[in-house]
Amino acid sequence: MAENRSQRIEELKHLAQGFRIDIIDMLEKAGSGHPGGSLSAIDLITALYFQEMRIDPKNPQNPARDRFVLSKGHAVPAQYAALAGAGYFDKAELSTLRRLGGLQGHPVCTATPGIEACTGSLGQGLSIAQGMAMAAKADNRDIRVYCIIGDGEMEEGQIWEAALSCAKYKLDNLVCILDWNKAQIDGYCEDVMPLLPIAEKWAAFNWNVIQIDGNDMGQILDAFDQARSCKGKPTFILANTVKGKGVSFMENQVGWHGKAPSKEEAEKAIAELR
Amino acid sequence: MSKATRSVFGETIAKLGETDPDIVVLDADLAKSTMSCTFAKAHPDRFFEMGIQEANMIGVAAGMANMGKKPFICSFSCFVTGRFDQIRLSLAYSNANVCIVGSHAGVGIGEDGYSQQGLEDIAVMRSLPNMMVIQPADEAECASALEYLVKHHKGPSFIRTTRQKLMDVHAPGFQFVPGKSDMLRDGHDLAIFATGGTVQGAIEAHDALKARGISARVVNVASLKPFDSEAVVKAVIECRGHIVTAEDHQIIGGLGSAAAEAIAESGHGALLHRIGLNTFGESGTPAELYRHFGLDGEGITRSILAWLGK
Repeated sequence: MAENRSQRIEELKHLAQGFRIDIIDMLEKAGSGHPGGSLSAIDLITALYFQEMRIDPKNPQNPARDRFVLSKGHAVPAQYAALAGAGYFDKAELSTLRRLGGLQGHPVCTATPGIEACTGSLGQGLSIAQGMAMAAKADNRDIRVYCIIGDGEMEEGQIWEAALSCAKYKLDNLVCILDWNKAQIDGYCEDVMPLLPIAEKWAAFNWNVIQIDGNDMGQILDAFDQARSCKGKPTFILANTVKGKGVSFMENQVGWHGKAPSKEEAEKAIAELR
Repeated sequence: MSKATRSVFGETIAKLGETDPDIVVLDADLAKSTMSCTFAKAHPDRFFEMGIQEANMIGVAAGMANMGKKPFICSFSCFVTGRFDQIRLSLAYSNANVCIVGSHAGVGIGEDGYSQQGLEDIAVMRSLPNMMVIQPADEAECASALEYLVKHHKGPSFIRTTRQKLMDVHAPGFQFVPGKSDMLRDGHDLAIFATGGTVQGAIEAHDALKARGISARVVNVASLKPFDSEAVVKAVIECRGHIVTAEDHQIIGGLGSAAAEAIAESGHGALLHRIGLNTFGESGTPAELYRHFGLDGEGITRSILAWLGK
């Protein structure tokens, strides 16, 4: 069993690394977009689509599916890479990112199979995930709901409205994951708007708080298991991640929040990732 | 007979909830004012008290709609439509099957004053693709519009209800049709298009103008979007090119603007007189405020006569 598990972790790591290459490739082709937050979140997103969630890529509207909302919508290249990898649409479509008639620059549920909500104006996705979890609970449906938020996004008031409200409704079928990559457009979060202490804040809002290395596949899977076993509270996973993870010259660099790599930079990044 | 459309909402949605288990109602700590409390009493397991968190309520409704529910989210119209970014992205762009019930429309709410008066709600909701915008004139129309939304509509909608009672202008059993207005009085010298709280005043103005030899058509506009442009153009042709709009709302962006757009795009020449607010609301009794802002029968009549130079 332990051997199967470590083997599975290696498979997921391999998948995530491939998606990193897709992310760099599609952003280079698009000529704009957000590499830093896509690379920090891709391990979490890979674990969700390829291990944790019940999905049905051939029937994306299957009512029994688990739900995932990418509230930090600018990281959608990571989600597109995973969706294509899972078979929601053809991988060739990745090269249409940000092109007229192609994949939209932020998630659009009416345009792309597998996307559950329109996001991109920060702060809104957790509320939508809450509604999904409440509806599932109201009808005793065994559906789990996952939402990834960004740390800069946590500055939005609506996040804290949802934090209060999810606890009120005891949504133990909901997992909110913070991609804590520590940087936002104008600088490091602690300079722009200090967020610390984060775990204590969510614990005080009556959430089950789990702290992990969000780029460590084993820790990610363990956290999802722990979240499943928690009853009566929503779970908050504080995922400590590295912005730009996997590409040495992008790691922890604020400047790579919203800038596409040039052809040469992309080649250098992909050579590192291979 | 007269009834506040907020009360009609509460009663109708509770009744519709008896046969449609997907209907859920959410409120942001104003259930006794929006009258969603009537639904809460009838279906407590499908009513969700969301606290004073309008932005979160909008997102929660979008999530519930994703799961197959038909959420009705309630608050004062100015508060809920004030969360424009959430409505824009989580509801309109997502084409979420959610109905926003904005109560306390206009200065008709009275004493609470401008901060509680929904006066720009039609303007902002009308600007959003996918969004249907409805303001019923009375009980029959409100009940029919809600039934339409539950049974035949899929997508985001906004229904604007009043705190004050509205006189019946339709017979029981009246059918709301989206995109259609209805003529309440015919006339050939000018046409008054009214919505919600000003419909009664428009009818009174019809009578007062008639006494002075002026024949005024009165058209009720419940479906503000889609908008019945044809009825406006028809009135331009049949009523000597004199069009009046009357609304308990800013004259910018609401019924007056919708009529102006229809006329300007029609290729027909017309004179347009917009009655409504072009300033902030105030405190006062509803009757005082309707008089003050010229939204009652006397005010509409006076305004039209001055416009005609009589």
